[in-house]
Amino acid sequence: MNAHATATRSQARPAVSDRSRAEARLGRRLVAPAIVLMLLVTAFPMLRALYLSLFSYSLTAPDDREFVGLENYIVALTDPLLWRDTAITVFYMVVTVAFELVIGFVFALVMHRVIFARGVIRTSILIPYGIITVVSGFAWQFAFTAQNGFVNQWLPFVGADFNWFGEQTPAVIAICVSEIWKTTPFMSLLLLAGLAQVSEDMIEAAKVDGASWWQRMTRVILPNMRAAIMVAVLFRALDAYRIFDNIFVMTNGAVNTESISFLTYRQTIEQFQLGIGSALSVLLFLSVLLIAVVIVKLFRVDLAQARQEG
Amino acid sequence: MRRSPHRRRHRAIRASRVVPAATLALAASLLAACGSEDDVLNWYVNPDGVATLTKLAEQCSTEDYRIQIQLLPSGATDQRTQLARRLAARDSSTDLMSLDPVFVPEFASAGWLQEFPEDAARAVTEGVLDGPLDTVTWEDKVYAAPQWANTQVLWYRKSLAEAAGLSMSDQVTWGEVIDAAAKAGGTVGVQANKYEAYMVWINAMVLGAGGDIVSDTEAGKDAQVDIDSDAGRAAAGIIEQLAESSAAQPDLSVSNEGTSLGQMFPAEGPGEFMVNWTFVYKNYLGLVDDGSLTQDEFDDLGWVRYPRTVAGEASRPPVGGIDIGVGAYSQHPEWALEAAQCVTTSQAQEALARDEGLMPARAEVYSSPELSEYPDDLLKLWQDSLQDGGPRPKSAYYALISAAVQARWHSPTSVDQDTPAKSARFLRDVLDGKALL
Repeated sequence: MNAHATATRSQARPAVSDRSRAEARLGRRLVAPAIVLMLLVTAFPMLRALYLSLFSYSLTAPDDREFVGLENYIVALTDPLLWRDTAITVFYMVVTVAFELVIGFVFALVMHRVIFARGVIRTSILIPYGIITVVSGFAWQFAFTAQNGFVNQWLPFVGADFNWFGEQTPAVIAICVSEIWKTTPFMSLLLLAGLAQVSEDMIEAAKVDGASWWQRMTRVILPNMRAAIMVAVLFRALDAYRIFDNIFVMTNGAVNTESISFLTYRQTIEQFQLGIGSALSVLLFLSVLLIAVVIVKLFRVDLAQARQEG
Repeated sequence: MRRSPHRRRHRAIRASRVVPAATLALAASLLAACGSEDDVLNWYVNPDGVATLTKLAEQCSTEDYRIQIQLLPSGATDQRTQLARRLAARDSSTDLMSLDPVFVPEFASAGWLQEFPEDAARAVTEGVLDGPLDTVTWEDKVYAAPQWANTQVLWYRKSLAEAAGLSMSDQVTWGEVIDAAAKAGGTVGVQANKYEAYMVWINAMVLGAGGDIVSDTEAGKDAQVDIDSDAGRAAAGIIEQLAESSAAQPDLSVSNEGTSLGQMFPAEGPGEFMVNWTFVYKNYLGLVDDGSLTQDEFDDLGWVRYPRTVAGEASRPPVGGIDIGVGAYSQHPEWALEAAQCVTTSQAQEALARDEGLMPARAEVYSSPELSEYPDDLLKLWQDSLQDGGPRPKSAYYALISAAVQARWHSPTSVDQDTPAKSARFLRDVLDGKALL
């Protein structure tokens, strides 16, 4: 019903009056300082990275800086390491977001419908999100180590001295577990906001019409939450694609667990190769942009509508 | 009722006076802490033996200046990153720094270290053992002062070697050690996580077979890559042998200096052979003092020179430690040079050895009565190891070389006879800027 009303309103937009034009002008003037500041702190470093990416430039040999054109991009894009890291990053993103969406939705339902001990339950669901990622990374790393962790003791199908960080598959699982544990509350928070937006009237009406719980969920609640789900998936997917902390803490990129952000970090921060590092940052930025576009297209949701702007 | 708004306003006014005053005081104290003081020399130290280093800093402070300790992260790679970022920004408050020896060439060729003038150079290198001495020179000039020297030996349980029937001497090879451990149900402790100490292990084994990883390193990026050689394959063979052996520890691929310590005196099993640095002795001695290790168990601890890669060729034990460099952009270069000499004197090295287990770089200190706590044969072994020690490649691009080797040799379970060839190709590409690292 809501969606329907919104749609008709936006179709029949009234002619722009002088007053609203003046308001728009004032609005532009009010945001101008903020935009200038944003350009200074975000656009400048981005343009600088774009510029640096055209050079062979090592911080340890600043005098040997030379212009190499697009060579850094060619080296990066033809290197199997970049594609291997991209593949593993996409894997992290898809797996963690999928798990978080399902678990997060269950948590959101619990938080939405819980009758008793509301505060306690909501708080305990949100606690992991309040913990710094580095700390939770260390906690999970300790949990998974063979010497002093509990995971090996609890799982019946692994040996007591199983080394989770010795090979790619178990190490990736460990990283995903830590990541999912940490960020599921964020997902459920966004979904809870979406759940709260679904009008009780519609659910009541569906109930009166004899819809089962499952039908109410799939025909009424989920379609009306599409915008909230899109925002949640978009935010988390972009975050997950830039995964860094857990990998840094748990494996330091060993056994092929390195993500694309970690690769960029190593070139720029560890190796001081500012040229190729900047080229990688630009590529990372472009791929994040691509993911955002794909998700927005996939959910066919207009972002303005998601923000409840007519 | 009527008074309460007034009172609240009054309180608000008071608060608004207090807050700026407090902010001002806080800002003032923060500014002071930022180091606008002219008489402070900042000394960036790695977190080994900080108590003694703090004492040294106090002792070496004079009426003119005060030396202040600043802590670096614990990993060598992180220490380098932090110092390099300061120096690349021409930080004038980086006066003294404790450097892992492998970073001296990189820092020196980037122009970040002050060269020691002739008399200072003579003072800091006099009587220094060959291994550590080699680490402070770059292109025939001295760029740092050796403060303490580290080396690895083979630590083992005497009962384990006996049970396996292996007679321990400086002739013993890696192959024999691994077989003996497997035969007697023991293990072999190494450092094979993807970090600097794995490079230390690989480098020592390659040198021990008479080869090297790279040569002609003064040519920078045009250095010659030699790891694809019989020596490289011998080293790969040992890693392969250990990884496949029952003597491998379960956490082999993430093992570090700390993980294998506990395997020496495990609750069950005969213990291990372990290559590790000099701190091991004091570490186990400390366990006896606090009662978690019996004297009998401690007496079962043996040590012998680093194992040979191939029979018939003497081993080249790893060399580590700390060199003191002086920042090129320091505001007080004269003072910093003077302080660098003061914190590396024989007395300073004695104190570090006695109180912290960090072994001296100078030969004469080994015979000091202050070191009587250490057995004579152990002191002799360390000294010999440092004298014959094999350096890691001395190159301005060492960080690239080390990371490239680690990238192809980790995980140890994937190492085979093709690994040296693969890593040689990769290293060449990395040095030529043709591959991502």
